[in-house]
Amino acid sequence: MNASTGHTLRVPLQQLAHGRTGDKGNVSNISVIAWHAALYPLLEAQVTEEAVARQFSHRRPRRVTRHLLPRLQAMNFVLEGVLDGGVNDALNLDSHGKALAFLLLDIEIDVPAELASLLRQPT
Amino acid sequence: MTDTLLIGCAAGFSGDRTDAARPVVDTLIRRRQPAVLIFETLAERTLALAQLARRNDPEAGYEPLLAEMLAPVLADCLAHGIRIVGNFGAANPQAAARRVLALARELGTRVPRVAVVSGDDLSDEAHRGLLREALGAAADGLNIASANVYLGAEAIAEALRAGADVVITGRVADPSLTVGPALAHFGWAGDDWDRLARATMAGHLLECGAQVCGGYFADPGLKDVPDLASVGYPIAELDADGGCVIGKAEGTGGCVDEHTVKEQLLYELHDPAAYLTPDVVADITEAWVETVGPDRVRLHGVRGHARPTHLKANVFHAQGWLAEGEISYAGRGAEARARLAGDVLRRRLAECGPLRVDLIGVASVFGDDAGQWLSSQPVGDARDVRLRVALNHADKKQAERLAREVTALYTCGPAGGGGVRTGLRQRLGTVSCLVPRERVSAQLEFIE
Repeated sequence: MNASTGHTLRVPLQQLAHGRTGDKGNVSNISVIAWHAALYPLLEAQVTEEAVARQFSHRRPRRVTRHLLPRLQAMNFVLEGVLDGGVNDALNLDSHGKALAFLLLDIEIDVPAELASLLRQPT
Repeated sequence: MTDTLLIGCAAGFSGDRTDAARPVVDTLIRRRQPAVLIFETLAERTLALAQLARRNDPEAGYEPLLAEMLAPVLADCLAHGIRIVGNFGAANPQAAARRVLALARELGTRVPRVAVVSGDDLSDEAHRGLLREALGAAADGLNIASANVYLGAEAIAEALRAGADVVITGRVADPSLTVGPALAHFGWAGDDWDRLARATMAGHLLECGAQVCGGYFADPGLKDVPDLASVGYPIAELDADGGCVIGKAEGTGGCVDEHTVKEQLLYELHDPAAYLTPDVVADITEAWVETVGPDRVRLHGVRGHARPTHLKANVFHAQGWLAEGEISYAGRGAEARARLAGDVLRRRLAECGPLRVDLIGVASVFGDDAGQWLSSQPVGDARDVRLRVALNHADKKQAERLAREVTALYTCGPAGGGGVRTGLRQRLGTVSCLVPRERVSAQLEFIE
């Protein structure tokens, strides 16, 4: 269910974008790719380095860097120090952090009502 | 007709599906164009494990599924001039070459010309000085299992120009498996950075096999993928400028669209302005994708910059033990009983160092090793919970205590625990370093 406030909807990022996690050592990279070009500006405005660092605060990122790829309507986040040492050291079952894209895609985004038709609704 | 090189990829990791290659090769044969089949089977740790296997058996240390992967297609590849390039040589490419020659004899094909590219292995005495320089004090006291430098495309191209039917490598950069055939086919200059970068990104899209064809993409209701169970493997159509269209084997499931291509393009990439390989520095900041047909997407706008002066090397070393244990609780109060079991284990194993505690079904993946996430989750009433605990210890004897304590929960823990499983395995640590390109040389030999 989308909580609606005035002319804005608040929805999980997953309805605006998709992504995949990759890992190298103790660094995780997570892509965020808009489902539609018209949604991309919302990502740039709201899925900031600060917002992502907050979402991953329990993993104590040393640094979060956002790279913008407007021609792909995509962003690439590089999160340093979030894998408890990475695949060789971490005790996590998912020592690669493969699932982490889905933590990022859970960030809530405010979407103007006129863009609602572009959102991906789980069916 | 424009000059096109088709490159199909039939494996994206060690142990990938052995039925992947057949539809790719069938498609390549039907297209009647110059074609290459690549296999990428060498993740970072795979090579370290292969090196350990070789220590136990001098004829081991290459991809264990090599013969199963090649048997369905080797005869047709040889008959149709489809060259095969793979890093499935791992820690023992010479032995892999002997296995391919034996396989050809078993299949009754003509004798293939099998080339081996080596020179990546830096674990011998001759390279200790180089590693010491590159790693500094970090090299001291390491019990080294493997040390390999990432080689580039040049020796692969040389092997193909010399007439190799099969090129077997150890550690090369994954995209170099694609760049090598492109270099040999199109005859580009070694400093044609834009073309090399375009071929590199084509190789990057191919190198994980099905991952660009709808594999690792599906999310029911949001990202639906047709016939995922028979997901196809990719084929890139490279043009003389290195540009590519990504498609997939005919008659297979999955899909190639702008979204699957974008996800794979950014996979394991850090700075999009500088994707570093031994061959080139690729820049995708101005890249874009275009649908050009069903399951066909063109990649545009990739640029290249001069290749790095240094090559990356990975050093793996023995590093203690990972102990894990699990036990299940179900029914009313299951979550509370699982949490209590976790508390018992924390106390019993306090002297063994930090213990990770997971409640599978409640919180076990997003959490951190220190348990900050788990303790922030409200205590619930889950009715089907599997407790999992894990610890690292340098001393095997101490690590073994975890298995005994988890097993003891049968008689000493909370009520109704069942299904204990425990595991203990040696861990490999890794350090990376950069070595000057001129200190490393790739070697090419043909195996008879």
